[in-house]
Amino acid sequence: MTENNFLLKKIEISVSEAEKRTGRTAMNMQETYTAYLIETRSVEHADGQSVLTDALWRRYSEFELLRNYLLVYYPHVVVPPLPEKRAEFVWHKLSADNMDPDFVERRRIGLENFLLRVASHPVLCRDKIFYLFLTQEGNWKETVNETGFQLKADSRLKALNATFRVKNPDKRFTELKHYSDELQSVISHLLRVRARVADRLYGVYKVHGNYGRVFSEWSAIEKEMGDGLQSAGHHMDVYAASIDDILEDEEHYADQLKEYLFYAEALRAVCRKHELMQYDLEMAAQDLASKKQQCEELATGTVRTFSLKGMTTKLFGQETPEQREARIKVLEEQIKEGEQQLKSKNLEGREFVKNAWADIERFKEQKNRDLKEALISYAVMQISMCKKGIQVWTNAKECFSKM
Amino acid sequence: MQDAQAPACLPVPGLWSSESRDLILPNGGTPAGTSSPASSSSLLNRLQLDDDIDGETRDLFVTVDDPKKHVCTMETYITYRITTKSTRVEFDLPEYSVRRRYQDFDWLRNKLEESQPTHLIPPLPEKFVVKGVVDRFSEEFVETRRKALDKFLKRITDHPVLSFNEHFNVFLTAKDLNAYKKQGMALLTRVGESVKHVTGGYKLRSRPLEFAAIGDYLDTFALKLGTIDRIAQRIIKEEIEYLVELREYGPVYSTWSALEGELAEPLEGVSACIGNCSAALEELTDDMTEDFLPVLREYILYSDSMKSVLKKRDQVQAEYEAKLEAVALRKEDRPKVPADVEKCQDRMECFNADLKADMERWQNNKRQDFRQLLMGMADKNIQYYEKCLMAWESIIPLLQEKQEAK
Repeated sequence: MTENNFLLKKIEISVSEAEKRTGRTAMNMQETYTAYLIETRSVEHADGQSVLTDALWRRYSEFELLRNYLLVYYPHVVVPPLPEKRAEFVWHKLSADNMDPDFVERRRIGLENFLLRVASHPVLCRDKIFYLFLTQEGNWKETVNETGFQLKADSRLKALNATFRVKNPDKRFTELKHYSDELQSVISHLLRVRARVADRLYGVYKVHGNYGRVFSEWSAIEKEMGDGLQSAGHHMDVYAASIDDILEDEEHYADQLKEYLFYAEALRAVCRKHELMQYDLEMAAQDLASKKQQCEELATGTVRTFSLKGMTTKLFGQETPEQREARIKVLEEQIKEGEQQLKSKNLEGREFVKNAWADIERFKEQKNRDLKEALISYAVMQISMCKKGIQVWTNAKECFSKM
Repeated sequence: MQDAQAPACLPVPGLWSSESRDLILPNGGTPAGTSSPASSSSLLNRLQLDDDIDGETRDLFVTVDDPKKHVCTMETYITYRITTKSTRVEFDLPEYSVRRRYQDFDWLRNKLEESQPTHLIPPLPEKFVVKGVVDRFSEEFVETRRKALDKFLKRITDHPVLSFNEHFNVFLTAKDLNAYKKQGMALLTRVGESVKHVTGGYKLRSRPLEFAAIGDYLDTFALKLGTIDRIAQRIIKEEIEYLVELREYGPVYSTWSALEGELAEPLEGVSACIGNCSAALEELTDDMTEDFLPVLREYILYSDSMKSVLKKRDQVQAEYEAKLEAVALRKEDRPKVPADVEKCQDRMECFNADLKADMERWQNNKRQDFRQLLMGMADKNIQYYEKCLMAWESIIPLLQEKQEAK
């Protein structure tokens, strides 16, 4: 896949600001929400200079609308996920409040990431509605709704039904679904424990801050030891304060993991679509087979399958040959139609599998790249934390040596 | 009036020598008035810091090691080997090796307190284990106790008066300590005896400034140490809880690794890394529990026992002042102060001198001990971070590695 047609080569997208707003809901009640500024710059000049071409404000619900639209119109694509709606996996110092500035900031980054992912997707980047999302502030919602995509969406019930009843799904999709279930479970677990680890680490660092005060108090009654104690205490304060930045950086790592947690859901959606299509196909084939059978029976006179006509015939008497002929004709029409439908469904199914699998392969490579990067940056964070720790304690040791 | 039975005290602060025990000194006057030839070596001894390894000035070396468990019908207990090397005349042999148990140390300390009440006796590690269900025979507990007992004996060894104490000598050398114990108070020194007879009931009007200052210092000191002890315990507790979470955290990366293809090795690497950090953290918490906390507690005990010595000093001064007042009230026209009042004065002045000298020595040692203790704490933390740093740095190449065809 070449990247030449990707939107990102031509434009730069950023979600640069977040602003608190008040408005009225559909029920005319006052509400507070956050709006995000999306800026688009075109990178047309040879020297890479960019010019601001569009800037508009969107709220989270509009992003959701966009994504739902993409899910319906591109069921074979692993659609990038949105950042979480509510703060989850929080450790105690982190706020679970949606209006909290740190949460809003992280969400801003997540939304920008979402747009960048869509813009760099070979298929999604060409979508008109997406383009309008970036460029047409007013009326966009109406435009999306006019596509009627909500009607095209598969009902959850239908999907669930298909999952249980499909007989021959492509094995790869079954495995993929299994994988995405496991992935979701393991990343959730990881995020939960990481939050607890962060909590505990915070406690360890902060308690050291108490040394600062007591060393200072102690140094007041000492003659030679006083200076050393006092300055060591200062380093303990520095140590205790350092944890805030460290954990803030780690939140970024948690966010990277979260993105893939939500990606697991997108993977499952593609698998579900396949199951639905496959089930549909199987039902159509089954229906065709039974019609063929009926036809055959009528033609040969043998009744192997149960049919209402057969029963009524038994009860109320045989039908005339003319009636039978008529029925055969109807069935043959239906069979012809059915065969056409089956053919197209088959084609559709195979196309879907091909396209979906291509996107899944693309996704796998992206996932491996991204998660490796995330692990590397996590390791780098840990290294930085260790180095800071060594520095502080070395300074403290020096102060103690002067006691 | 000179009294042949004058207490054999050492009124000259800071000048000790092995002969001074037998000096009969003129009573009265300020301690600084007497002149006792201070041998150069003993003066050097007093000025040098305790951890000097210059063997030339030291003539007594004591070590506690080799704990052994003894199982008898009535009880089970631990003994420690005490090795003594000395060139002092008080020791018949140049080297001794005996076995002692905790209650022997306890006995020794009591005897020292009895016989040298004007001096600061170092503390023993706590007799009973209060916190939690600590195994008296676990390796860590025994080792912690051994170190504390070793410190105890070394502090006595370094003390210019206490190290010559008879009971101490017997403790270090006797084959059968129990037989000696039964002899009772046979070797109590005269000072000890006389001070022992000072019962309560004399109220001191005001502590002299310098001793009040010492008392205040000790109060604040003990308070601050108590706070530090609590902080240290809290840190250890938080670290242990952090460790518990890490122990769950690491393996999740392993579980994840099992699901993946290209990411399997990197994830497994992170899991192993976190495992290494967990091990390093456990070492840190163990070290702090075994090496840091006990020393803090020791010093709290030390300052407690010092405060009671201060109180005893107050008693001695109170008795002297009361007796002096009583004489003044009697209005006898004898120009000389009666003998027993003089004795009291001597007692008081000796006590003051001993206490001041010990206090100075204690301050010095305290400074050394705390410098070492706190540097040790910093060191352990540095080592912990270095281990973690190494672990994380070593997996960076693994993470960056381009995985070839699967």
